[in-house]
Amino acid sequence: MNAMSQTQGLQLLNGNHAVALGVMLARPDVVPLYPITPQTPIFEKLIDLSEKGQLVTELLTPESEHSAMASAIAASATGVRVFTATSSQGLLLMHELLHYAAGARTPIVLFNVNRTPAAPWGFWPDQIDSLSQRDTGWIQLYSETPQESLDSVIQAFRIAEQVKLPVMINHDAFYVSHAMEPVAVPTQDQVDSFLPPYRPEMYLSPETGCSISAPLDQKSWNLSRRQMAQAMAGVGDLVGSVGQDWGRLTGRGYGPIEQYRTEGAELVFVTMGSMCGTVREAVDALRGDGIRAGLLKIRLFRPLPEAALRAALAHVPCAIVLDRNYSPGMGGVLHQELKSALFGMSGPPRLHGLLAGVGGVSVSCATLRKLAAEYLLAAPSPDPVWVE
Amino acid sequence: MERISYKDDDQFCSGHVACGGCVEALALRVIINAVGPDTVGVVAPSCAAVILGGHPMSSVSIPFIHGTLESAAASASGVKRALLAQGRPDTTVLCLAGDGGTYDIGLQALSSAAERNEDILYICFDNEGYMNTGGQKSSSTPLNAATGSTPSGKLTAKKNLIEILAAHRIPYIATASPSHLNDLAAKVEKARGIRGTKVIIVLIPCLPGWGVADDSAVKTARMAVEAGVFPLIEVTDGVNYSISESARAQPIEAYLSLQKRYSHLSRADISRLRDNLDQERGILSRRAGDSGAEA
Repeated sequence: MNAMSQTQGLQLLNGNHAVALGVMLARPDVVPLYPITPQTPIFEKLIDLSEKGQLVTELLTPESEHSAMASAIAASATGVRVFTATSSQGLLLMHELLHYAAGARTPIVLFNVNRTPAAPWGFWPDQIDSLSQRDTGWIQLYSETPQESLDSVIQAFRIAEQVKLPVMINHDAFYVSHAMEPVAVPTQDQVDSFLPPYRPEMYLSPETGCSISAPLDQKSWNLSRRQMAQAMAGVGDLVGSVGQDWGRLTGRGYGPIEQYRTEGAELVFVTMGSMCGTVREAVDALRGDGIRAGLLKIRLFRPLPEAALRAALAHVPCAIVLDRNYSPGMGGVLHQELKSALFGMSGPPRLHGLLAGVGGVSVSCATLRKLAAEYLLAAPSPDPVWVE
Repeated sequence: MERISYKDDDQFCSGHVACGGCVEALALRVIINAVGPDTVGVVAPSCAAVILGGHPMSSVSIPFIHGTLESAAASASGVKRALLAQGRPDTTVLCLAGDGGTYDIGLQALSSAAERNEDILYICFDNEGYMNTGGQKSSSTPLNAATGSTPSGKLTAKKNLIEILAAHRIPYIATASPSHLNDLAAKVEKARGIRGTKVIIVLIPCLPGWGVADDSAVKTARMAVEAGVFPLIEVTDGVNYSISESARAQPIEAYLSLQKRYSHLSRADISRLRDNLDQERGILSRRAGDSGAEA
């Protein structure tokens, strides 16, 4: 039996509805939710699935994202599987508790729809909302398509629950969240065979009486971070093995990074999220023009798969990082991360950091072809460059 | 003389780090024993969190999650939902917070939990200020009381949390005092038997924060009740008020004079406080009705 025939077939779904179906199949016990544009279709679809009896879970709809995350943490600490979803302002309101969730080692899965934060107000795809949460201790995945978003939700629970760290999956506002495409929805049996019920060894229980997150001394707090570092160190390999298992089951494998036509490449675009789709098209066109271009897609941003990135760029003379985000006073976050990851590497690529698509402006295939020609042989600049 | 007869199954242990003479520890002992062993707790940053103990020690035999200051009621909701998902609807969820975590920064989460009528028992240890951080005013600090942020006395009145909660029409709200331990235990036990959101506000005279002598916290709490400053009441379903204790046996001066936070008051100030008290008492009496609701 081939992988395709094991699925229910293709459904036309937008990214957010694909996420909701992935959540349903993962059987979370508690789902605290607060609505925010453009996450709302996830919220509404989950409510709808619950009303129809297809999703059996404790739905909790509090007054804010802050309380949603507080409930998520407490429920997870009580030993059950928890999902929540948000975007932009909502994620930023959760900030304090994002640190808490990671520190308390609660394996929550959160879906964030990347959107510009205020001010000024905007509702456009931009990844600075989640990238600015990179130091909170969450594993971060970025998704390119509705299919990948659905598949990543299910994989995320296995990753989170194995290393006891929360996972945040991100896809771009509207480009992925609201755009429809055919999605293969796995069967419940497939997901059940892939994702066993969550049975933690430690949780809040009257039978043990053990408390969680009580104040402690400096040395013990320090130890808590060393233990998180240890857990983080294994995440890259785990994302790879979980993605391979998923591939065996469904025919759709995943890893921490993905390389598209990078063999013998003289130029590689490095980016995350929906931008990858346009880059694939540009790569094909550039190859047709005789420029050996490729795409290095980063799926796992935290922990950054540094060894894999160095290996992928080992013999590449030119790399162009496309950042759909801007860290004021610094530049593109991915550009900075890449510079750090490639530090000390012998024969590193000429690395260009381009601020492309900040605030949701469209970056077309034609723009990318123009950029490739412009930067292929140019000397790299340490400063970020705004793409017109 | 009242014989104190609350049950004690050693769920609260000695060796905790409350200040010597602190009545919050006393109230906690009664509450923890009254809720029983089938309980999961949530505690906001507060004196209660300190008394419960630093890792890896705990002064209680029930598990607590030490949550964040503004989200006690949301955290308690999360614990409750998880227990429901696990098929444990009868396990009590006990939520402990101070007045800062309840009247101020945690009010939004508490209002939301109350609106959803989450099945939690929420205890507010009301020491009328941020005493754990050295004594600053909260919105529970009464008129004229001196604190670190109101050195000349607070210019506005204590927030009436009971009326705010009553407006949510939750099944049970009560006030209690460490001077009336049987009453406190009875209210906790009563609340435990009710499904939905229950809130008990326990007055905690803070020794350093209020400037009370080390041996006088119980006496101060009793004076608060007997002077009518902190009447012991119950509100069911947000509309049925009953006064369990407000003898008005003591003049307000007997209460104020025990505390340094009021030592700067003039006669005019005291007179104004007395007038305010009469007014508040009138409002409460009308709510409770005149038909023998008072003990």
